[in-house]
Amino acid sequence: MDLLSVSTVNWSRAQFALTAGYHWIFVPITLGLGLIMALMETMYVKTGDEKWKQVSKFWQKIFGINFAIGVATGIILEFQFGTNWSNYSWFVGDIFGAPLAIEGILAFFMEATFISIMFFGWNRVSRKMHLASTWLVFLGATLSAFWILIANAWMQYPVGMEFNPDTVRNEMVDFWAVVSSRIAYNKFLHAVFSGWAVGAGLVVGVAAWYLLKKRHIDFALKSAKVGGIVGLVAYVMLAVTGDGSAYEVSQKQPMKLAAMEGLYEGKEGAGLVALGMLNPAKQSHDDGVNPYIFKLEIPKLLSFLGYRNVNAFVPGINDIIDGGYTLQDGTTALSFEERKARGEKAIQALADYQVAMAEGRNADAANHETILRENYAHFGYGYLETGKDLVPHVPLTFYTFHLMVVIRFYSILFFGILLYFVYKKDLRDTKWLQYVALWSIPLPFIAGQAGWIVAEMGRQPWTIQDILPVQLAASAISPGNIITTFIIFTVLFTGMLIAEATIMVKQFKKGPDPLPGEEEA
Amino acid sequence: MITYDFLQQYWWFIMSLLGGLLVFLMFVQGGQSMLNSLSKTESEKKLLINALGRKWEYTFTTLVTFGGAFFASFPLFYSTSFGGAYWAWMILLFCFVLQAVSYEFQSKPGNIFGPKTYRAFLFLNGVLATFLLGVVVSSFFTGSEFTVGKGNIAGLGASGFTISQWQNPLHGLELLADVRNLCLGLAVLFLARTLASLFFMSRLDHEVLENRSRKFTLYNGIPFVVFFLIFLIWTLIAEGYAVNPETKEVFMEPMKYLRNFLDMPIVLVFFVLGVVAVLYGIFNTVFNPNFKKGIWFAGAGTVVTVTMLLLVAGYNNTAYYPSSIDLQSSLTLQNSSSSYFTLSAMAIVSLLVPFVVAYIFYAWRALEKKKLNLEDLESDGHAY
Repeated sequence: MDLLSVSTVNWSRAQFALTAGYHWIFVPITLGLGLIMALMETMYVKTGDEKWKQVSKFWQKIFGINFAIGVATGIILEFQFGTNWSNYSWFVGDIFGAPLAIEGILAFFMEATFISIMFFGWNRVSRKMHLASTWLVFLGATLSAFWILIANAWMQYPVGMEFNPDTVRNEMVDFWAVVSSRIAYNKFLHAVFSGWAVGAGLVVGVAAWYLLKKRHIDFALKSAKVGGIVGLVAYVMLAVTGDGSAYEVSQKQPMKLAAMEGLYEGKEGAGLVALGMLNPAKQSHDDGVNPYIFKLEIPKLLSFLGYRNVNAFVPGINDIIDGGYTLQDGTTALSFEERKARGEKAIQALADYQVAMAEGRNADAANHETILRENYAHFGYGYLETGKDLVPHVPLTFYTFHLMVVIRFYSILFFGILLYFVYKKDLRDTKWLQYVALWSIPLPFIAGQAGWIVAEMGRQPWTIQDILPVQLAASAISPGNIITTFIIFTVLFTGMLIAEATIMVKQFKKGPDPLPGEEEA
Repeated sequence: MITYDFLQQYWWFIMSLLGGLLVFLMFVQGGQSMLNSLSKTESEKKLLINALGRKWEYTFTTLVTFGGAFFASFPLFYSTSFGGAYWAWMILLFCFVLQAVSYEFQSKPGNIFGPKTYRAFLFLNGVLATFLLGVVVSSFFTGSEFTVGKGNIAGLGASGFTISQWQNPLHGLELLADVRNLCLGLAVLFLARTLASLFFMSRLDHEVLENRSRKFTLYNGIPFVVFFLIFLIWTLIAEGYAVNPETKEVFMEPMKYLRNFLDMPIVLVFFVLGVVAVLYGIFNTVFNPNFKKGIWFAGAGTVVTVTMLLLVAGYNNTAYYPSSIDLQSSLTLQNSSSSYFTLSAMAIVSLLVPFVVAYIFYAWRALEKKKLNLEDLESDGHAY
């Protein structure tokens, strides 16, 4: 008996990646603009200055354009768990479904309800109520991210669950463990700050463009003031939570860490690659080819980031496959082959358990259940074939990781300089910085996409770490169907993206609505 | 002590209620399906679009919540129906993707495809989403072609490791070949259009559109009643998918759904009340030229009727998502629900729903203190 065809699994993955990739263009804009427009409106309510209202309304309009397309891609993601990952939906739905439902009930409704007051309520509710609505839109968007990232973090590090051999699925036994997982918090904060970074980059970049064109000067300076602060806070916090992510990944997903660094042979006091190029001739983890053409390392930094100890041993890809090194808890790491054997034992025990129960042999069933539980931690390995299956795409993970880090360190510097000019000098006089701000608009988008590629490609082959590989998770649908929907989605989303981009550019060209008595610029 | 059985019934009630709310809120889709036929001028069209555009998010969010709540409470339905009736759901979702951008984009400069295209998207969403939802819901009574084997994942199945397997290569499109499914699909489409007509009458400050909407209530109300009655009577006298409470065996029982109504008189009473409210909303609007509040009767009636209909599909030892080719694969509240722990955790979350409903009600009221007219589109500062 075979697993699903590679083609079915890969097209299902491609479809999910496509949707998620598009989703993560628009959602970060709303996360970032949500905060920025709420801060701007707060300034309006505090100062009564109509110009702040004008600024808020402009960015709220941009928010609306992105909100629409964000929910369009979001709804597809939600339902794709069912349409394309049917085994997954049953196998872990007992845990995974809950945060999705809570997101709908508690977060998405908040965002969608108060967005209508934000847009249509200027003349219909009080000024303070309007401000509260704008903040609630931001809160709703952020809570949405919270629940979704709890769900995602749980896939990377499954906690608070127990396998039930009768229902053949994992069941939640500790809601709090799922909600309070450190990985979840870190992931949530990291993703939200990356949204702030995107919003801030856009606001500051557009402001710079107006300054270059010498239009809407006051609007531009107000935008740069708020955007600049949000941007700097975001990037500093991205560094902090990024460090947290690296630490958690090294503890929970060492293979991902090894792929991020292209580390095949582990070592003590491992350095972090600051700059490097992988050797395309390296085809397999065990072909003996040097993985690098060149690399520049910061000594011992990887050990420190991963284990808070400059001399800690960081296992490489081959170590993780071969086992035998000492883990943090003092035990010895198992090899892939040992884990595979235990996984197969667990799967067989589950089958035996089911048969024994069906035949009423309860004592036998109890024995099989014991074997199953003893080996369940390795369940997913039983479906893999060779150690190679355990290795994610190293070049993709490596380059996207380093691209993200480089962009974000550059951005700390950029926002630091920008704020200096906004608050201490005059941004109007610094053309070079205006150009830099304009041309930096795409960078946070690229960094965000790269970050998700690291997170999701780096954990292959797992949908649920160690428990459920992708080829076991997908729906049994022939590839032709999925290819068709993939093409439809590609056309739809691309068309929508182009329309969205040109609408935004038109809005930027048009500028904010003139104040009463003000002439159109 | 709250039993597992109680929680399963409770969650089926919540899902039924969400289903009822969703069908009611699909008046937005109904309105989208008649943007062209109801309006004669561009300004009329704009008013209709903006009246609906201030509500579309509620329908959309309810759909998202419906999906999430179904996933959390009955995950086997999620994996079986979505992963199996792939095309029915995918087409429905495509329509919603199109809808999500259409309001915001259609009148904005630089939208590439022009307002006509976006309005065509709204039309597509209006017709297909309502119709397909009706078709799929009907399959709760007529059955689908799938098998479920939980042991498959451990290699016990004959055809692969997938637990839920759809056995018809059309993946959901075959549901369109069942006349009863078509009847409910058309009933939901015409119901949505009827509700939209009633909504416009209550919401718009525009005499021409109001009068036209009154006529449209009749034109759409009649086919709705006809198709709904065909579906209802057919379903009441047809065989249904019953579950033996002791052995859990699924078997065909003559007039099962009629029996469910008779076994659960409260459900029957509410169902009848719901139907009466819908009919009162429609006919009083048609025959009484001063009556403009039909949407509240027909809307509330829709919520109650659909909720009761879904209760009949799942309560009283009935398989709510039956397999017509392998009865024992049918989904029941017992074999497809989440664990006791998850259902109770989610039940606690559901206690917050009244709070959510309260702020939705507040927002709705805040924006609806007065009827919408063309001047509002100017003065509110954000128009589609």
